Amino acid sequence: MFKRTHYIVLSSVAPLLLVLLNLPSGAAVRLKLAVGGVFLPLFGLSSSAQAFVDRASYDLLPRSVLISELRRLEQENIALRISAAQGADALAENNRLRTQLGALPRGPWKPRLARVVGREPTTWWRTLLIDYGSREGAQVNQAVITPDGLVGRIATVGFSHSQVALIGDAACGVSVLIAETRDQGTIKGPQPTTEAGIVELNTFQNSPQILAGHRVVTSGDGGVFPKGLPVGSVLDTHPASAGLYTTARLRLGANLNRLEEVWVLQP
Amino acid sequence: MNWLSPILLLLVTWLAVYAQAQGTFLRDFLGAPPTLLPALVVYAAFTHGIVVIALLTVLAGLWVDSLSGSRIGVSIPALFALGFVLHTRQHLLLREQRYAQFWLGLGSGIAVPLLTAAILQFSGSDPAFGWFTIRQLIVLGLLNGVACPACFLLFDRLRGMFEYQPADPVPYGMNRQMKRGRN
Repeated sequence: MFKRTHYIVLSSVAPLLLVLLNLPSGAAVRLKLAVGGVFLPLFGLSSSAQAFVDRASYDLLPRSVLISELRRLEQENIALRISAAQGADALAENNRLRTQLGALPRGPWKPRLARVVGREPTTWWRTLLIDYGSREGAQVNQAVITPDGLVGRIATVGFSHSQVALIGDAACGVSVLIAETRDQGTIKGPQPTTEAGIVELNTFQNSPQILAGHRVVTSGDGGVFPKGLPVGSVLDTHPASAGLYTTARLRLGANLNRLEEVWVLQP
Repeated sequence: MNWLSPILLLLVTWLAVYAQAQGTFLRDFLGAPPTLLPALVVYAAFTHGIVVIALLTVLAGLWVDSLSGSRIGVSIPALFALGFVLHTRQHLLLREQRYAQFWLGLGSGIAVPLLTAAILQFSGSDPAFGWFTIRQLIVLGLLNGVACPACFLLFDRLRGMFEYQPADPVPYGMNRQMKRGRN
């Protein structure tokens, strides 16, 4: 039934698969990054094309529009500097108090901009690729955010690119806190829904005081995400496991389907 | 052997994997990443040798896994099994008819993700799997069902452009034959 070539191919592919699927995790990640290198020309081409389109659109914009935008940004910049000065003062005071209480002072976040260059090509995971690798200082477990809220964490780091596990993925559990009630909970993956921007969180105890609209922030437990990063807001809640704990549906602040640029928080 | 066709096939596969990791509009429209690999493997299984099929499925699997959260190598078995089975059973399957190509594409578009999911489950991974997966599988099946005849059409035309065509066995019409001798 089979020809000789079939047997040769089968006896070549089967051991290859056995080796690949049993590689130690470190070697598997390195091989993955090496194989992913074949797409670097396409990522580069895509970045260049995007930059060209951006430049062309800037050239087409009328001068009056640019000047009005510049003035708006100047005003926003001044307002942000005043707000940052106030925040820095509060942070310094907080750190003084933490030092007096014997706790380590909280350092300021150092956000670094990264561009999203790819998305998960299968249906099983929630990941994306960013053009931010070890040469820029990327490390595994660094938090990835947008101004609207938490996005996920860096799962694997390559030289020029990193893979980010998004909230709701099996590789990205987040310990969270309801800002109004201080109830703690976790967002675990994989999430049982693909509804855009909705994830479920489970509190550690029954918490009927959690209401729709309450803000959810990271609790800082687990050591991956700094405390206080905005995650989203509660949509609705219902008791789970005969009232042992509460399950809340949460609308994420960041729109994970529309990400183009993200910020990586460096320690 | 003419290597232009396999190289073209690998090039298209490479671009298809890249497109699978892009395309926000199509991804939002379908509700799933637009994967065309099963359709490409069906085409390869009917038109190329087993060595090219193995090369295509191994490389495609490695490329997909390199951009995905999956462990490297997980996507290969399903693609290779599809290519191998179709190639060894091609004498039992229709190849020319468009409706047959559609059904083969549809079946493979559903079977490949299902088999990959089974491998992920057995290997101890925890993929996102739920009722929404059924909808995603149907969408991917239909996408590959449409893409499969398109692959045959496109690649056959390209092969026709770049490869020598078989010579006509009858170089002249029988009705133009000169008859010698007196009547």
